[in-house]
Amino acid sequence: MANFLIFLGLLFLGYVFGQLAEHRHFKSIQRREKEFANVMCFSERFPPDPSSITGVELVVGSVVISIDYFKRVSAGLRMLFGGRVVAYESLLERARREAILRMKQEAVNKGAGSIFNVKLETSSITKGAGQQIGSVEVYVYGTAVIR
Amino acid sequence: MIITNIEIIPGRTVVKHLGMVQGNTVRAKHAGRDIMAGFKNIFGGELKGYTELLQESREEAVARMVQQAEAVGANAVLNVRFSTSSITAGAAELFAYGTAVVLE
Repeated sequence: MANFLIFLGLLFLGYVFGQLAEHRHFKSIQRREKEFANVMCFSERFPPDPSSITGVELVVGSVVISIDYFKRVSAGLRMLFGGRVVAYESLLERARREAILRMKQEAVNKGAGSIFNVKLETSSITKGAGQQIGSVEVYVYGTAVIR
Repeated sequence: MIITNIEIIPGRTVVKHLGMVQGNTVRAKHAGRDIMAGFKNIFGGELKGYTELLQESREEAVARMVQQAEAVGANAVLNVRFSTSSITAGAAELFAYGTAVVLE
């Protein structure tokens, strides 16, 4: 019985704080995406108009984000039935957008206006009980072009 | 030392290719960070300790790559790639590699 209550408590805490944190994070991401809208990211390898380029520099951004308890349980249930695991989709979306923003921040600090050859890399770093993914790391890097 | 992940540096020409250079590091997280991460696994959110750890490790991998490039007499590393692999449950290897070249 006590175990069950702890489980319910964790579910509740995870739901409340997880939703709150995610909501806040998405708001902050949207705000900063507007702020950095003028910094363009391309997966194109060769920057156009090379004669006007004065410098290139490697810029990186990384973030490790953990999933909350409620979502982990709901994803576990989802894995019984199959289908879209929405809980993990939003986790990965948050992580990718955050990592790209951090890279853009670095590019702005170096005075660059665009980033070329952007590569994204995702890895799961912790595995919780039952071999479920607990948190993901997203690492993004590219070449900032200073004109 | 110019480090970039594109294959050419606009406005500069490559005089000499010196082959591939690489740098790696294997890091483990300490127990305190693991416990904090355990709490975060309930509430969700960013694990700042891990972000920092991985960032530092990547910087070290790049520094080792640069060291190797300097040793062969390069002044730039082009086409840099990063890769991560987890070796055991507690440790990760971070690997950076690229082509060492001499620019004019």
